[in-house]
Amino acid sequence: MTPPLIDVRNLNKWFGQHHVLRDIHLKINAGQKVVICGPSGSGKSTLIRCMNQLEHHQEGLIYFDGRLVDQHQTYLQDIRRDMGMVFQQFNLFAHMTVLQNCVVPQMRVLGLSEQAARERAMQLLERVRIPEQAKKFPAQLSGGQQQRVAIARSLCMQPKVMLFDEPTSALDPEMIKEVLDVMTELAQSGMTMLCVTHEMAFARRIADTMVFMDEGCLVEQANPEDFFERPQSSRTQTFLSQIL
Amino acid sequence: MGVDNALIPARAAPPVSRLAWNRLDLLWLVVVAALLAAGMLKSQGAFSYRWDWGSVWPYFVKTDSVTGQWAPNLLLQGLMTTLRLALWGMLMATWVGLIAGWMRNHPRLLLRMVASAYVMTVRNIPPVVFVFIFVYFISNQFMPFLALDQRVSALPVEVQSILTVFFGPMELINNFFLGLVCLSVFSGAYVTEIVRAGLNSVPSGQSEAVSSFGMSHSDVMIQVVWPQALRNVMPSLTGQFIQLIKDSSLVSLVSIQELSFMAQDVQVSTQRVFEVFVLTAAIYFCICFVLSQVFAYIERRHGRAH
Repeated sequence: MTPPLIDVRNLNKWFGQHHVLRDIHLKINAGQKVVICGPSGSGKSTLIRCMNQLEHHQEGLIYFDGRLVDQHQTYLQDIRRDMGMVFQQFNLFAHMTVLQNCVVPQMRVLGLSEQAARERAMQLLERVRIPEQAKKFPAQLSGGQQQRVAIARSLCMQPKVMLFDEPTSALDPEMIKEVLDVMTELAQSGMTMLCVTHEMAFARRIADTMVFMDEGCLVEQANPEDFFERPQSSRTQTFLSQIL
Repeated sequence: MGVDNALIPARAAPPVSRLAWNRLDLLWLVVVAALLAAGMLKSQGAFSYRWDWGSVWPYFVKTDSVTGQWAPNLLLQGLMTTLRLALWGMLMATWVGLIAGWMRNHPRLLLRMVASAYVMTVRNIPPVVFVFIFVYFISNQFMPFLALDQRVSALPVEVQSILTVFFGPMELINNFFLGLVCLSVFSGAYVTEIVRAGLNSVPSGQSEAVSSFGMSHSDVMIQVVWPQALRNVMPSLTGQFIQLIKDSSLVSLVSIQELSFMAQDVQVSTQRVFEVFVLTAAIYFCICFVLSQVFAYIERRHGRAH
């Protein structure tokens, strides 16, 4: 049996005195799509950010592709290279065009030539259906378009897993669909995805595993059908009744 | 008669006149002009100064008694020195400010403390006092060690004449260097604070996004953070450069031979206080105004990305 791509064991994190992640155990296999949901403040974003060490955990172990993920490891940059992250606030480089946003990380991190980087960037911009915006600056695009550029930018690095931290929470409702369509197509193409979102219909469609977190604890983990139809924990039931 | 589902089509906006003159504005203009005229008439009796520009102009450009051609005189030479001080001062102050601004936000405590001490010292002493302390300390202790004038006079003549274009007459190189370093250190403290504000103004999400790609920290800073930081504070930076040109007049107090110093010199010889200083003010005004227009153009082209 192949080892899991991401293996989180007994993860604990504090922000000062606030115990924000409590004994998290999670295994994600290659090709698996995991959706994490839960009330705000439950630690979902913190968990995802610990995966690539944008937040540092104090206790517990995270293994990515067999290697220990830790802020002190010299190969942390290599690990981050294999993880693509899409943020709630897009975080596109405001002073560069869309094309440059996709090309510069490839050239600086992967060492590709500008020609090769451009080709890959244009391919991915076509995949997210905005190739005509390549020469524009992020401020000239709508929120949905910016988020799709962010997804294309991450995909340019050819990551092994894509981490999504509430990608549609900052978008107007009419733009959410275009981003979810891109994410659905990405899921169907076989990418390993770890997604924090409130979009339950989308989660039901693409997830292999649903995870519910509350107050830093991983309360329930199940496949979508069992999760939505027969939630085991009362807290899961309360949460689902509030949002569905 | 059903409800028409079509949207109301857009129309052109009604014309807006750019000069919003109306009768009230004209009335104001007439009142102000009348008051000015009345004031000038009344003061004719009391204001008995006879303007004499003719005696001042030769100090700007004179006719060389030997060759009969136009040659720069004191004021023009002072102007050239001021321009050189301004140019090199801006360059040096920028570098001082960039390095000190980077140190101010550095994780290492020693760098932060050194930069903070520098900024606090310069900003909490009046400029005049700072200039005196700095120049007399440097000129006493440091300049003999540097021995600039000796090193320069050892260079071949061609090199010296090129250096003269950029740094002024070689016999005054010590003098110029003192003024330049003083000005740069003084302005550098203000540039430091501006740079620091710029670095803080870049949202942390930007550097997070870059880190998440696996870019090294220096790459993060150079590719993403610094370009945005400097664009964000461009108005403050260019304002500080204009201020530097005006601050250059401070070094006249320690006999650096720039425009203000020459103006005082000419004023003493001709006794024509107003003409000399009005001319000097006009020259400073022209320099600063032209530069601020250049900076405004640069800001429009390369300013904030959003």
